[in-house]
Amino acid sequence: MKKMKMTKTAKNNLITYIMVFLAYIAVQILLATGNISSLMKGLLVPLCIYVMLAVSLNLTVGILGELSLGHAGFMCVGAFSSAFFSKCMDGAMPDGVRFLLALLIGAAAAGFFGILIGIPVLRLKGDYLAIVTLAFGEIIKNLVNVLYIGKDKNGFHFSMKDSISLHLEEEGQVIVNGAQGITGTPHDATFTIGIILIFISLIIILNLINSRDGRAIMSIRDNRIAAESIGINITKYKLMAFSISASIAGAAGVLYAHNLSTLTALPKNFGYNMSIMILVFVVLGGIGNIRGSIIAAIILTLLPELLRGLSDYRMLIYAIVLIAMMLFNWSPKAVAWKERLKERYFPKRLRKEKEVK
Amino acid sequence: MKKFNKIMSVVMASAVTAALFAGCGNADEKTPAADSSSEANNAEQETEAADDTASASGVFKIGGIGPTTGSAAVYGIAVQNAAQLAVDEINAAGGINGVPIEFKFEDDECDAEKSVNAYNTLKDWGMQMLMGTVTSGCSVAVAEKTAEDNMFQLTPSGSSVDCVKYDNAFRVCFSDPNQGAASALYIGENAVASKIAVIYDSSDIYSSGIYEKFVTEAANQPFEIVSAEAFTADNKTDFSVQLQKAKDAGAELVFLPIYYTEASLILSQASTMGYAPIFFGCDGLDGILNVENFDTSLAEGVMLLTPFAADAEDELTQNFVTAYKEKFGDTPNQFAADAYDAIYAIKAAGEKAGITPDMDMSAMCEAMKGAMPEITLDGLTGIGMTWDASGEPNKAPKAVKITDGVYTAM
Repeated sequence: MKKMKMTKTAKNNLITYIMVFLAYIAVQILLATGNISSLMKGLLVPLCIYVMLAVSLNLTVGILGELSLGHAGFMCVGAFSSAFFSKCMDGAMPDGVRFLLALLIGAAAAGFFGILIGIPVLRLKGDYLAIVTLAFGEIIKNLVNVLYIGKDKNGFHFSMKDSISLHLEEEGQVIVNGAQGITGTPHDATFTIGIILIFISLIIILNLINSRDGRAIMSIRDNRIAAESIGINITKYKLMAFSISASIAGAAGVLYAHNLSTLTALPKNFGYNMSIMILVFVVLGGIGNIRGSIIAAIILTLLPELLRGLSDYRMLIYAIVLIAMMLFNWSPKAVAWKERLKERYFPKRLRKEKEVK
Repeated sequence: MKKFNKIMSVVMASAVTAALFAGCGNADEKTPAADSSSEANNAEQETEAADDTASASGVFKIGGIGPTTGSAAVYGIAVQNAAQLAVDEINAAGGINGVPIEFKFEDDECDAEKSVNAYNTLKDWGMQMLMGTVTSGCSVAVAEKTAEDNMFQLTPSGSSVDCVKYDNAFRVCFSDPNQGAASALYIGENAVASKIAVIYDSSDIYSSGIYEKFVTEAANQPFEIVSAEAFTADNKTDFSVQLQKAKDAGAELVFLPIYYTEASLILSQASTMGYAPIFFGCDGLDGILNVENFDTSLAEGVMLLTPFAADAEDELTQNFVTAYKEKFGDTPNQFAADAYDAIYAIKAAGEKAGITPDMDMSAMCEAMKGAMPEITLDGLTGIGMTWDASGEPNKAPKAVKITDGVYTAM
C-alpha cells in the first residue's frame, strides 16, 4: 500500500480548515442546545466578516508585502454596491439567487476598484500603495455620503446635492439617501453563509500562496530585483494579489450590508480607524500567517464585547491588552523566553526538530 | 530582563483572565451613575436580585443603549444620567405598579453594529423593555432586532423616520421631517423673514433630514430660500464661505438645522464679518449658551424651536435641572430631558397596561403597545404629550428666543 505523504504546508493548511470547521460544528451544537448567549449569537456574523477581512488583508500585507491602509474602503464599495442591488431587486427574484448575485456584484465592484487603483500605483516602488489606499478609503466614504440615488417609473435618478433634486415622481423611492445611507436592506447574512465564505476565501488564498503564481508573488516581496531578473511580470502579479484581496474584502462588505438593516458610511465603520483595525488583526496574528489572522480577528472582536462589564474603562483595558499581546507575540525577548520554556517542557520535540534541520 | 518578562507575562495573563471573568459575571453590575442611588434602594434590589431568575425577582429590567464613548458621547451620557435620575425617583416613589425598576445602560460608540451587540448583551442580562437607542442610525438597526423579538422600544432621541417603522417602537423627540416642517411653518406664519439662507451638515442624518423637509415645506410658505450651503463632518471649522454666500444673497434669516458646537462657530464668524441676520435653529441648538469660551452676547436674538429649555420657569423643569446639576454637576440638555420623559412614559404606560414583572417580553410588549396611545404625559419636553399607534409623539414645539443670555418663550 502506498502511503500518501503530506507536505508540511498541506498539513498546515489542513489544520486551518479543520480549525474553522470545528469552530462551526461547536457553534452549531451550542445553537442547537440553546447554550449560547444572545450576545454571542449576534456576534457570529460580524466575526465571520472580520475574519474574512483579516485573511484578505494578510494577502496584501503578508504575502505581497505591500502596505494597504484602505481595506475598509473596499469593504464599503462591496457593501454599498450589493445593498443597492438588493434594495432594487428585493421581491423581484428569489432571496437566495438575489443574495448570491449581490455577493458577486459586491466582490466584483471591490475587485474593480482594486484593479483601478492598482494599475498606476503598483507599478511604483516604495510605500505609495499605503498613501493611495489611505486616500481611497476616505474618498469612498465621503463620496457615498453625498450620493443620492432614487428610483421611480422613469428609471434611476442621481444627484450629488440632496434628495429633493432627484425630482422623483410621487411613488418614487430614494434608495441611497446621502448621509442617511441605505436603510432596509434585507437581512440575509447567516452564520452558515459566513462560514462558507470564509472557506471560499481560505481556499482561494491558501491555494494561491502555494501555487506557481503565489511563489512569484512572494518572490517579489522578498527581492524585487531578483524576481524581475528571472522574468517575473511584477505589475501583473502584484495586481493579481491586490485585486483578489480587494474583492474578498468586498464580499465581507456584502455580508456586513446584509447583516444590519441600516448602512451608513461613518468614520466608525468604513473609515481610517477600521482599516487600521484590520491591519492590527493581521499584525497581531502574524504577517503572512493566515491562521494567525483568523485567531487574532476573533479574539480582538470578542474582547471589547467581553470587557463590557468594565463599562467606561473597557476601551482603556482593551488598548492595554492589545499592547501586552503585541509584546508577548513579537518582542525578541518574549520570543526567546518562549523558546526557553519550550526547551524546558518539551525537550524531546525540539531535539527532533533540530535533527530535521 | 528575564525577570521582567516573567512579570510581564503574569500581568498579561491576569489581565486576560480578569477580562474574561469581567465579561462573564457582570449581569448585576450597576453603571457608575447607578452607584449614587439611595442605599436602601440598592439593598432592596440586591436581595431581590439574589432571588435568582430575572422575571421572578420582582423588578422591571429596563435597558438603555447609547454612545458613552467616542464623538457622540455627550448625548449618550446625558441620556444615561437623566434616565438613571428618573429611575431613582420612580423607585423612591414606589416603582411601577409597586414594583421597582432596574436600569442598565450599555455603550454603542455610535456604531450600528456595536449597538446590536449592546442590545444582545442587555437581552442576556434579562432586559424586558428598551429605552434607546440615542442616535438615529443605531436606532434603525436595533429596531429591526426589537421587532424580531417583539420587545417594547422607546427611543428618547432617535429622530429619523425609520426609527419607529415597526409598531413596537415609539419615540419621545420630534422626527426630523416634523422639525423641518414646523420650522418652515413658524417662520412663514409669523412672517419672521422673507429671504432665507440655510447652512446644514450634509454628512449628518439629523441635519440633512430637517433641511430636506424644510425645503419641501418652504414651497408652500411666503418666503424664499436664497441660498442653501452644506458642510460636512470633516470640514466644520470655517464657515466664512457659506456665510458670505448668505450675505451676498441678501438673506435676512439664516436657518441652522445643526448642533450647537458648529452653530457657535457660525455665530462668532458672522459677527466678525459684520453680518447680523436673524439666526433660527432647531433643538440641536439647545446648549449653545454653555459652550466654553463662547461669548453669549453673540447668541442674542437667536430663535430656536425646542421642546426643552433648561432655564424654563415651570416647576418640573426647575426640579429636574436642580436634581441633575446636584448629581452630575452639569446642566442637562435636551437629550437628557427626552430620556427623563421616556422613563416616565414607560411608567405611565406600564401602569395603564398593568404589567407585572413575571410577564414575558412579548406579552409585555403587546400590553405596552396598547397602552402607549392611551396615555397623556406632562413631561419636560411638552405638556399633555400623547402618542400615535405609529410611534410618533404629539406635542407642540416651543419657540424660544435668547434675550439677555437666557431662553425666553415667544
